[in-house]
This record gives sequence, structure tokens and C-alpha cells, in this order.
Amino acid sequence: MTHEILISGFGGQGVLFAGKLLAYAAMLEEKYVSWLPSYGPEMRGGTANCSVIISDEPVSCPLVTNPTVLVAMNAPSLDKFEDSVTKDGKIFTDASLISQEFKRNDTSNFAIPSTKMAEELQASKLSNMVLLGKVVKETSVLPFESIINALKKTVPASKQAMLEINKKALETGFNA
Amino acid sequence: MEQVFKRPHALVDVSEHYCPGCGHGIVHRLVAEVLDELDIEGKTIGVAPVGCAVFAYNYFECDMQEAAHGRAPAVATGIKRVHPDKVVFTYQGDGDLAAIGTAETVHAAARGENITVIFINNAIYGMTGGQMAPTSLMGQVTQTTPYGRTEQNQGFPIHVCEMLSTLDGVALAQRTTINSVKAIKETKAAIKKAFQNQIDKKGFSIVEVVSTCPTNWGKTPVEAMKWLEENMLPVYPLGVYKDKE
Amino acid sequence: MSEKVLMKGNEALAEAAIQAGCKHFFGYPITPQTEVAAYMAKQMPKRDGTFLQAESEVAAINMVYGAAGAGARVMTSSSSPGISLKQEGISYIAGADLPCVIVNIVRGGPGLGGIQPAQSDYFQATKGGGHGDYHLVVFAPSSVQELVNLTKEAFDVADIYRMPVMIMGDGMLGQMMEPVEFGAYTPREIPEKTWATTGTEMKRKHNVVNSLYITASDLEELILERQKRYDVIEEKEARFEAYKTEDAEIIVTAYGITARIAQTAVNKAREQGIKVGMIRPITLWPFPKKAFAELDTNKVKNVLCVEMSMGQMVEDVRLSLDCKIPVDFFGRTGGVVPTPDEVLTKIKALYEGR
Repeated sequence: MTHEILISGFGGQGVLFAGKLLAYAAMLEEKYVSWLPSYGPEMRGGTANCSVIISDEPVSCPLVTNPTVLVAMNAPSLDKFEDSVTKDGKIFTDASLISQEFKRNDTSNFAIPSTKMAEELQASKLSNMVLLGKVVKETSVLPFESIINALKKTVPASKQAMLEINKKALETGFNA
Repeated sequence: MEQVFKRPHALVDVSEHYCPGCGHGIVHRLVAEVLDELDIEGKTIGVAPVGCAVFAYNYFECDMQEAAHGRAPAVATGIKRVHPDKVVFTYQGDGDLAAIGTAETVHAAARGENITVIFINNAIYGMTGGQMAPTSLMGQVTQTTPYGRTEQNQGFPIHVCEMLSTLDGVALAQRTTINSVKAIKETKAAIKKAFQNQIDKKGFSIVEVVSTCPTNWGKTPVEAMKWLEENMLPVYPLGVYKDKE
Repeated sequence: MSEKVLMKGNEALAEAAIQAGCKHFFGYPITPQTEVAAYMAKQMPKRDGTFLQAESEVAAINMVYGAAGAGARVMTSSSSPGISLKQEGISYIAGADLPCVIVNIVRGGPGLGGIQPAQSDYFQATKGGGHGDYHLVVFAPSSVQELVNLTKEAFDVADIYRMPVMIMGDGMLGQMMEPVEFGAYTPREIPEKTWATTGTEMKRKHNVVNSLYITASDLEELILERQKRYDVIEEKEARFEAYKTEDAEIIVTAYGITARIAQTAVNKAREQGIKVGMIRPITLWPFPKKAFAELDTNKVKNVLCVEMSMGQMVEDVRLSLDCKIPVDFFGRTGGVVPTPDEVLTKIKALYEGR
């Protein structure tokens, strides 16, 4: 089984971190994994995306061109990548920021107001974690616990409060 | 019978390729005498330039590296970072140090790289046969300034000691010459100080020696010495420009 | 340290270098390899090493020259335009028979080019780059793990043959993260550096690190000696990986990250019943000529070379095959990465045209 995941949004939305957490969790689960960011001139607010491949077999091409899972955190990302999603793939969007309808009807589409949900947790920047929670719920990529395990490993012990709020955001998305 | 004068140990016993009346031979000897007197030959690594002194690696008994044109301060930086307790010096001419290698010179000085730089300024390119140097004088006729160096075309000579003395990393910037026994003794004292500074970990030390190039100046050795006094010393005043005590 | 860690290629290679005993790093920032310098800047002071940001790539490579001549394990890294600037120093390092490791995380060119991944520095890396008769050993890893392994080995190869070794990656390999193990590396046998300028301590004749030989016959003699060493390297150090080649009628060849893309295409083609395999050169110099020369001409009908350039390695592929099998080329360039589907389309066209 191979999951080809593309996470896309504005720089600063935590696109790269969400992908990194997923990749880290997959590594802890002994899966084959690759994480590839888009990169460009350093600019806050520019577009960013990352390709994450999680597989039971060695990953050959690390570039995701036809995602099985697309996480679009802003409208330009949905515009750009919606067509590339595989048939029967899954698309996740932040309904707080994206008002447009999905064009695809051969994919499973999940629009949740993740920014708003994160704001309700007093953590407006954790829209990425809310969406990631939803991805874990709706796909067979990884078990929820492995994401939490990865979180524990990536967030330093000195920042326990951050761990808690990230965990809460993931749970909120998972239960949405 | 007491021997009162001999070849310094740090100077290889070969005949050098320098022209009659050239200052390199004198300065080579002074460096070697200093290596002997400070008893540092065995722990010294020298860096030779590109230019007339390119074969300096054959003339010093200490370990030597030959650098690309202008890069001696960068090469010396690499050596010094590997062997911080060894003594590292560069020996460079005006084209090497102040034209193609200006960036390397300025930044090694700015870093306060704990090395010693011996800089021979004779206002001309020697090895390639007498072209304009960054230190050529206004009006000076060379192969590449056949009508003389002009303000409009080539601009002005670089005063290395004055320029480097503005940098905090520089411990010593001193200009000397070799036109008399007294001047040679002063040059030796400056070179010795520049090495002692390194041993004392004071930072970047440079001694600029105003020197002669009779061949490319088109003069006899005696005329060249006179030309140096009359033309170079007014433009390049001798003295200590920076001495961080 | 056999636990897996998730690391960016650039950081992983820096860590591998430190583990290989690299104590000195001289560099200058340039995208997309800056993480190498940043990692070194953070780690070297804590691990008894030196990181120095030079005033230019030119200065950095000459610091490498000095440090290598002084007997240290030393590295510099850059990306295409910066590697062009380093060519002077690389030629001198080769000419003075000094060991060092140079990393090129290649980006689009020529000129300032772009910052996206490319492989258009193949000629520069394998055919000289600087002036004079010389070679670098060039490693082309295709995964973060291989990048780590080859970086460690690069220092040994450099020391054994007294020559610069280049690690040639690309922006994608440098930026991507993969799980990597820093397992125990078994070092190769390294000769003592009796030639290094460490100070004579008045116990030996002076050592001179130099590339100047003013008498033509002396220089020729030295180059011929070096050529003998190159011959040994060509014989012993050429490396490649063969993938599903046994029954293949079409051979795809690619190196570095492009080989990963091509491999996906090969797998997809296999699913469609096309007998296709892949040869992935791991050393670009020495080029693994035998891998191609020994292909069964009765079986293999086509070779397809895929690169992120306008076709540079393809020349070595053609030379190795000596016109025995037709060689086609597919490339994207300027920072555009070929997709597996593009490569697949090319494979299918060749298969149908047999």
C-alpha cells in the first residue's frame, strides 16, 4: 500500500510541519517514507507545499504528481492540485478559507472549517493539525496514536504546553 | 676563527632566480633570519604567491604551500585553522595581494586571522614582464600603461597599510623599505614583530616592504634605489599605521 | 547510532561528514545547499571542529586547499554558480594531489540560472571543470541514506587516491527528508599523510604542496603518474546499480534523484508487461562503462537516458555502448523535474517502435 500525500497552503500555515509529523510517524511505524518540500526564495506568506509518500515498499520517486490524499489549506492550492488527485483519492480542505465547491465528484471530499476550529481552541495557527487529524480519521495512512507518538518525539519536553495544544487540535480534527 | 656572517638555516642553500638589485633576495633573507632567531622554522608553514616570488617554496626550509594567484591569505587561513599552534605566513607581491587577492587580504585581516603577511610593493608586475600594478604610481609608464597611469583611465594606487589599518582585526600594519642598511634593519625588526605577534596570538600582522624592480623599471640597481627614494617613498610613507599593543 | 532518524539530505550529509572525521568546513551560503553550512555552523564548535563562512566561494575552496595541504579532513559545499567559482581551487587541489570533499547540490543553469533541482553540471563535474588534465571522483547518490554512506566513503576515497571527490546531488536530494541510519561505517585503509605541511619540527626535509612545474617534461611525468592512478580508479571504483535488467529489452539509465523517478516509470511499465530495466550509475567518474558495454545486444533493443539536463551523461552512455545499441534521450531542464509518466510515455514509444 502506498499513500501519496500532498499538503499545500500559504507559508506560515504549518504545511511543512504537518507533512514532517506525518513522515516522522510513518518512520516510527517502520514504513518507507519520503518528505519533499517545495522550496523557493525565502518569503513569509508565499505558497508552500510538501510531498509525503508512505509505503510498505521502498519509495522510488519522492515527488507526488498524482496525490491519493490532497490537503489544500487555501484556495490557490485547491485550484492548482484538485485535478491531479487520483480517482477515488481524498481531498481535505479548510472550509474557513475556501468557499468554492469541489469540481471533482470521483474523489471523497472533506471540507472542515479547520481554522475556525483551531481558533476555538485558542490556537489559530493549528489549522494544520486539525486537518491532519481529519486525514488520519478518514484514511488508512497511519493510526492516530502513531501521530501522537511522533508529536511527543518532535516537540521538546520543555514545550509541554505546545504538545498538549497540538494534541488537542489533532483530536478535534479526528472527531470532526 | 669566529664566523660572523652565515646563511640563515631557514634559507635553502640554492641560488635564487631573482634579478640583480631585486628586493626579494633581501627580504627572503630577513624572513629566514627571523625564523632562525625565533627558533620557529620547524613549526612554520609558509605560503608562496603567484608572481616573482612564486618559487619561494624552494627557498625556505620550512614547510611550504604554493597558492593560486591572490589566494595566499585564504590558503593560510585553512592551514592556520588546522594548526592553530603553528606559525603561518604568506609572502606576496602587489598584484597578488592588492589586485587579484584584495578580497582574501581584506577578509583575512578583518577576521583578525592570526597570520603574518609579508607584502612586497614594487609598483609593478615582475614575472609577467612589467605591467601596471595596483600600486603603480600616477604617471608611471609600464607595458600596460604605455602613456603613463592616469586618473581618467586607471585611477589611483592602493595604499594597503593605510587601508588595512582601519580594520579591527589588524594587529600590526607597518611600511618599511630596503634602501639602506638602517632601513633593512628596521624591516627586519618589523618582520620579527609580525611573527612575534602571531606567537602571542595578537591577530593579523602585515609588513609592507617598499621594494625595487630594476629590470621592469628599466633601471640599473643603483638607479632603481634612487627612483624608489624619489618616487615611491613620497607616495608610500614609511611608518607604523597600526600597532595593537 | 543505528536508530533511524528523519533528516534532510543537506543536514544528513553534513552529519555524515562530521562522523567521517571532517574537522574543517569552509563555505559560502547559496540555495539550495545552505542547510549544509548551517548544520556545520551549529555542530562544528561543539564537536572540536571549525566552521568558517568565507568571503566567497573562491576563498572557501582555497581555505580547503590550505587545510587539506595541512593534512586535515576538509569539506566545502555549494551549488552550481558557486561551484563554478570554486573551479580554480579545484584544479589547484587536483594539481597538488590533495584530498578533500566537495559537495555540489546542483541547481538550474547556466548563469544565475534558477534554484530548482537540475543535473546540468554533469559535464563540469566529470570532464574537468577547471583547467588541466585531471579528474574528480564523482559520487551521485539517489537517496538520503546513500548520500550519508557515500559522504563517509568520499573522505576515504579522497585520502586513498590523494584527490578531490565530489558528491553531486541536486536541490531535491538536498531538501528532501528520509529516514536514515548512521550505522557503523567500516573505514577503508588510509595511507599516512607524510606529505602534509605540518611543520618539519627540524626532523625532516620540508614538505611542499604545489602544482607548479615549470619544466614541461617534469609536468608531463607528473601527469602521467597521476593518470596511472586514474586508471586504477577506473578499474576499481566504478559503481552502478542494475534494476530488473535480466530480461530487459529496454534499459533506462539515470542517476541521482532522476533514477528514482525513472524507477517509478520502470515499475509502471513492468505492470503493463513491458520488459524494461534500469542501470543507475553511482559513480559518474569513473563512469561505469562496463555496465553498458556488457549489455546483451541480442536482447536489449534500446537504451533510454533520462536526465535533468539537455543531455550530458548520455554522451558517456553512447561512448560506452560504442554504437551497438541505439540510445535515446529524455530530459527536462532549468529546474523542471521530469515526471514518472513522462518517462513512461517515452518507454512505451520505444517499446512500440521496436
